Amino acid sequence: MTAQALIQVLASGLLMGLIYALIAVGLSLIFGLMDVVNFAHGEFLMIAMYATFGLVLWTTLDPIVVAPLVVGLMFCVGAFVYVAVVRYAMRTKANAGMVQIFSTFGLAILIQGGAQYFFTPDYRSIKTSWLGGHTLELGGIFLPWPQIYGGLISIAAFAALSLISRTDFGKALEATREDQGAVALVGIDRNKVFAIGWGLGAALVGLAGTVLAIFYYIHPQVGATFGTIAYVTVALGGFGSVFGALVAGVIVGLVEAITALILPPTMKAVGIFALYLAVVFFRPSGLFGKL
Amino acid sequence: MTDATLSSLKLRGDAFIAKRRRQLVVAAAVFAAVACLPLGIRDVYLQNVLILTLLYAAVSQSWNILGGYCGQISLGHALYFGIGAYAASVLYVNYDIVPWFGMVVGGVLSAILAVGLGFMTFRLKGHYFAIATLVIAEIGLVLVHNWDFVGGALGIQWPFGTDSIWTLQFARDKVPYFYFALGLLVVVWLVTYFIENSRWGFWWRAVKDDPEAAESLGVEVFRSKLAAAAVSAFFTAVGGGFYAAFVSYIDPESVMSFRFSLLFALPAVLGGIGTLWGAPLGAAILIPLTEITRSYLGGSGSGLDLIIYGALIMVVALAKPEGLLSLFTRKSGGKA
Repeated sequence: MTAQALIQVLASGLLMGLIYALIAVGLSLIFGLMDVVNFAHGEFLMIAMYATFGLVLWTTLDPIVVAPLVVGLMFCVGAFVYVAVVRYAMRTKANAGMVQIFSTFGLAILIQGGAQYFFTPDYRSIKTSWLGGHTLELGGIFLPWPQIYGGLISIAAFAALSLISRTDFGKALEATREDQGAVALVGIDRNKVFAIGWGLGAALVGLAGTVLAIFYYIHPQVGATFGTIAYVTVALGGFGSVFGALVAGVIVGLVEAITALILPPTMKAVGIFALYLAVVFFRPSGLFGKL
Repeated sequence: MTDATLSSLKLRGDAFIAKRRRQLVVAAAVFAAVACLPLGIRDVYLQNVLILTLLYAAVSQSWNILGGYCGQISLGHALYFGIGAYAASVLYVNYDIVPWFGMVVGGVLSAILAVGLGFMTFRLKGHYFAIATLVIAEIGLVLVHNWDFVGGALGIQWPFGTDSIWTLQFARDKVPYFYFALGLLVVVWLVTYFIENSRWGFWWRAVKDDPEAAESLGVEVFRSKLAAAAVSAFFTAVGGGFYAAFVSYIDPESVMSFRFSLLFALPAVLGGIGTLWGAPLGAAILIPLTEITRSYLGGSGSGLDLIIYGALIMVVALAKPEGLLSLFTRKSGGKA
């Protein structure tokens, strides 16, 4: 293999990895805030992809133009799921962990069924867009524009997240994460913070959805594929760590690209999964997890 | 210790023994009643639903040994189910070895694998453990997909033969499968019943409630988890072997996909984890409901069956976190 081919593989892996990081960071954020794993995270992605597809079809605008609208919509979806489902799951005394897992699993199945019911199991794709199908050539290396756009969006989102952590709201999030009871004394409404946290988490994965919709097939099960990768990414980086999600996302993207070189394409997920097991074997809380 | 406290202890002991006896009597009555069902139900479709209900009750009870009693939530039991199904199928189709033996081989392989994997995963806590089990099962699924010796993506078709109890093939009559599935459930139930009151049973519950405290009191936490995993994996695999004989055709997706891992956990969760009757009760509600909604609403791929399935899981998990079994037990009573 030539050096050029290797750089090609690594560059594609890096871009995909940044997108994986963007998919995963919302999950990690929510967990960091309240110790809940949202097993419907992949389904949030799926909703965002369908929303992008629908809006593009309806307004005939470009996916990039409708993205802010989708992100706003996903913020509402996330906040609504917290208020309507997760708030109750957190209230239970018995089997709290299990209730959280299975109520969000139930939600995931419900959303999948809903997508099948309203949109049929057919595979859809956005046929034409500004970026779709275009590639950038850099000294013999070809990079698809949608992935470049995704990578840049992801970096921008992580930069924005690190800025948010310095604002008052960011401090309220941090304080609520530290001590849920004490924040009430200084006038922070715990439920409001959690709802916004869920909104933010869903908005981030929604942003990733608007990118994926440009170059990936949209169907009711699409969330399951990316969902599994998101769980592995978050656990690899350490639950609750935003920086960990970024690093782990890039690692997952690179390892996946390299695995695809060595093993048959049907086995490309094995590399990521094996890496994950190897890492948690030595670091049971992931690369940057607390505990 | 005064005589009064001694006698009150003795009374409580007697009450406990009486309760254990009562549980056995209730079980005998319930299983005997279930055994009579095929006399009244002649419809093949309904018999199918009953067989699946009993099978999933048994497998979910096996999951419950690790997930409910020992508190280690596995989202990857499809791996063991698949190993059982494949062991029985490969041994029968390629080597003419009867599935009775193949199931046990699958069970032993799964138990060994569960212990091996346990060395890796039982250091992990909470969500890290659940996701590791999910990931391991996914790796298994991908490997079987790419393993030509076991049929790869095409799977394994059992040959058509004459009906025989040895080969567990009954083309015309479903009733023998019904009794096998019931037998499996009875065996797993009895194993759970006896373990519940053994040293392992107490250790498992201690590990579930507070592993650090258990460790400090001399419970061998790590070994407890390994033992629970081995027993749980063994019976899950036996269930998988039976399933393969029952449906006569398996491929990786139809026995090892994540859908199954969820399906094994759900009855126990819905009915009540760490209880003797939670998994059977959960299966008796969940399986007929999902099978029937799938036949009547899901055939066209409309997704309505999934909507009902998902909503049901959510509602029960939120409304009855202790499981539906708590509806039947008295207010004072923790576990039935």
